[in-house]
Amino acid sequence: MSDKKNTVFLILQDNDDARPIIESVEQDNPEATIQYQPGMVRMEAAGRLVVNRETVEENLGREWDVQELHLNLISLAGNVDEDDEKFELAWN
Amino acid sequence: MAVIAKDGYIDLVRDRVENFHGNQLVYVGWDDHLLFSAAQAFPLPPEMPFQTLVSEVMASVFNDHPDFQKIDWERAEWVLDGESFSPAMEASLKENGIGHKSLIRFKTPGLKGINGLRL
Amino acid sequence: MPAKKLNLRKRYGLLTRGMGWETTHQKMDDVFPYDSFEGIKITDWDKWEDPFRLTMDAYWKFQAEKEKKLYAVIDSFAQNNGQTNLADASYLSAIKLFITGVTPIEYAAHRGFAHLGRHFRGDGARIACQMQAIDELRHQQTQVHTISHYNKHFNGLHDPFHQFDRVWYLSVPKSFSEDALSSGPFEFITSISFAFEYVLTNLLFVPFMSGAAYNGDMATVTFGFSAQSDESRHMTLGLEIIKFMLEQHEDNLPIVQRWMDKHFWRAYRLLALVAAMQDYMLTNSPMSWKEAWDVYFVENGGALFEDLSRYGLKMPKYHELATAEADHISHQIWSVFCSLGNATGFHTFLPTEEKMAWLSEKYPDTFDQYYRPRFEYWHQQQKDGTFEFQKGLPQLCQVCQIPMVFTEVQTDPMQISYRVTEHGGDKYHFCSDGCKDIFEHEPEKYVQAWLPVHQIYQGNCGGPTLPEVLEWYKFTPEDIGNYIGSQDHARWQEWTGEDKEVKQA
Ligand SMILES: [Fe+2]
Ligand SMILES: [Fe+2]
Ligand SMILES: [Zn+2]
Repeated sequence: MSDKKNTVFLILQDNDDARPIIESVEQDNPEATIQYQPGMVRMEAAGRLVVNRETVEENLGREWDVQELHLNLISLAGNVDEDDEKFELAWN
Repeated sequence: MAVIAKDGYIDLVRDRVENFHGNQLVYVGWDDHLLFSAAQAFPLPPEMPFQTLVSEVMASVFNDHPDFQKIDWERAEWVLDGESFSPAMEASLKENGIGHKSLIRFKTPGLKGINGLRL
Repeated sequence: MPAKKLNLRKRYGLLTRGMGWETTHQKMDDVFPYDSFEGIKITDWDKWEDPFRLTMDAYWKFQAEKEKKLYAVIDSFAQNNGQTNLADASYLSAIKLFITGVTPIEYAAHRGFAHLGRHFRGDGARIACQMQAIDELRHQQTQVHTISHYNKHFNGLHDPFHQFDRVWYLSVPKSFSEDALSSGPFEFITSISFAFEYVLTNLLFVPFMSGAAYNGDMATVTFGFSAQSDESRHMTLGLEIIKFMLEQHEDNLPIVQRWMDKHFWRAYRLLALVAAMQDYMLTNSPMSWKEAWDVYFVENGGALFEDLSRYGLKMPKYHELATAEADHISHQIWSVFCSLGNATGFHTFLPTEEKMAWLSEKYPDTFDQYYRPRFEYWHQQQKDGTFEFQKGLPQLCQVCQIPMVFTEVQTDPMQISYRVTEHGGDKYHFCSDGCKDIFEHEPEKYVQAWLPVHQIYQGNCGGPTLPEVLEWYKFTPEDIGNYIGSQDHARWQEWTGEDKEVKQA
């Protein structure tokens, strides 16, 4: 098997609610790239991308339920692992 | 293999020739003339002479192309259901071996469409 | 101190398990009569788990929130006459095709999942399907609500469901969804969650909707993204079902593989309409069809199948051909619509100079060589006043039901691809090996296909002449034909005081 990791992505609506989540993704996934396209923001990374509840809460200044992600979600790629602490996408 | 589907599938062939009120379906495609995006479908009596197919039925659609008037029908090359064939112009579709849902393709040597671009 | 909230895993377990039971008065096989005839073997339904661990209470809470956001946008769009901010009114042809061709599939998906929500034996899977059934109904409703605003101002939007059941090009999506609906529950979920959600909706609801935003259609992009947030849950869930089938029994692999092959090809053929929307009907496109295909199928689909390869699953048959066709299909479909625009419920228009320059840039290997000349020829004819719509009716593919416009892109892109087979003494014609294979596996299913052209000739569509057929479709004379000179165009000029031509940059 090659070491090349396939791309996972998370696409959110480009709006105020999504901004703290995007910032958290940038903080917690330094190798991720963020592309702004009309109406949407596409975040992609090789192999793995995570949204951590704690980081979002710090950016947002309030409690945040990981499932609130669904409100601004457009699409994603990768296997999903979601619990109370994080939302993770990965190709293994 | 039998159909794997929920109940309610009955034995129905929707396009049996009997459903076309005495006509049969014939498809005609003009190779190298893609301004006509697809072959054309016509419901025709099997007794129709091949000549009528050419000068009336085919003309009703293909005559909008400037090449149509220029066709030398002596030189036209015909393919019926994948085999090349030479139609007898006065004989009927049926006598020419053209069946229900047969596909007739024809090429017109020397005529390669708009600006020679096969359009 | 308030009781500590249960964690997500626990809540999910409690709210999705133990809701069903082993029946005693009736045999389980009689209670769930549909989940075994397809040959899929399930030994332990409890192994199936929703990766989002979504429970009903959370579902209602978040969906209500999504609706509130969406309807706030729809209201403000209407109050501010958002329709006047479109890039050009010709763009609405895409919305007309959307409401007549896609919205009814959402409703079909609703019906299918409502059925699965009753008929899967596993209670976790049943609950997920029930939520999905509600989602799909929501998609259909929000699309109708959003687009109804345009119906106040423009033609061609007045009767999508009636038209879905009758119109020649709408038999393409209709037959796609009815193929899935008439199959068993496992095939249905493979078709919808893999082919429809993973392949089709990612291409339709992401790049196309981003294109809607790019053209000032804030209403459509909002319902599109709102729907797609559900779709991403659906595709994740559906892929779980696929993995679950493969993990449950090795005998399931060849069945699932065949379904993937079949429904990939069916959804891909349906996508040809979306390709034309993306490249030609969007006034300005932020991304070409080919670029979208590369990102959302080649790259993303490739990653998915690499992941699924540990179960022995292979890329769907003919995926290489689909990728080769990405350079061609949008042009081929828009050509056929432009030449039959007197029978389409949306307006057709030729690509402008600017649009053609963009297409040349995006399709350097194909557009100038194969497609530009026909549009330039038709432009010249329109200038000279000699342009006429084509008079005949096209031959259709027996399976995808699209006019036989696809060509041999790998050997001779100007040669129509003809395939044929015989069954029960009759001939059946196909656009591709993909469609032919599907027919040959279940001929009894596809000999029943309701092909619009044949139905017209059998006398089942209102009458033998075009005006009679169009009336039977409920197309008015104002709905059809060229955009330039239409009522829609006249109204647009009244608002903008300009735009004598189609505006595309
Ligand atoms: Fe949907
Ligand atoms: Fe869905
Ligand atoms: Zn086909």
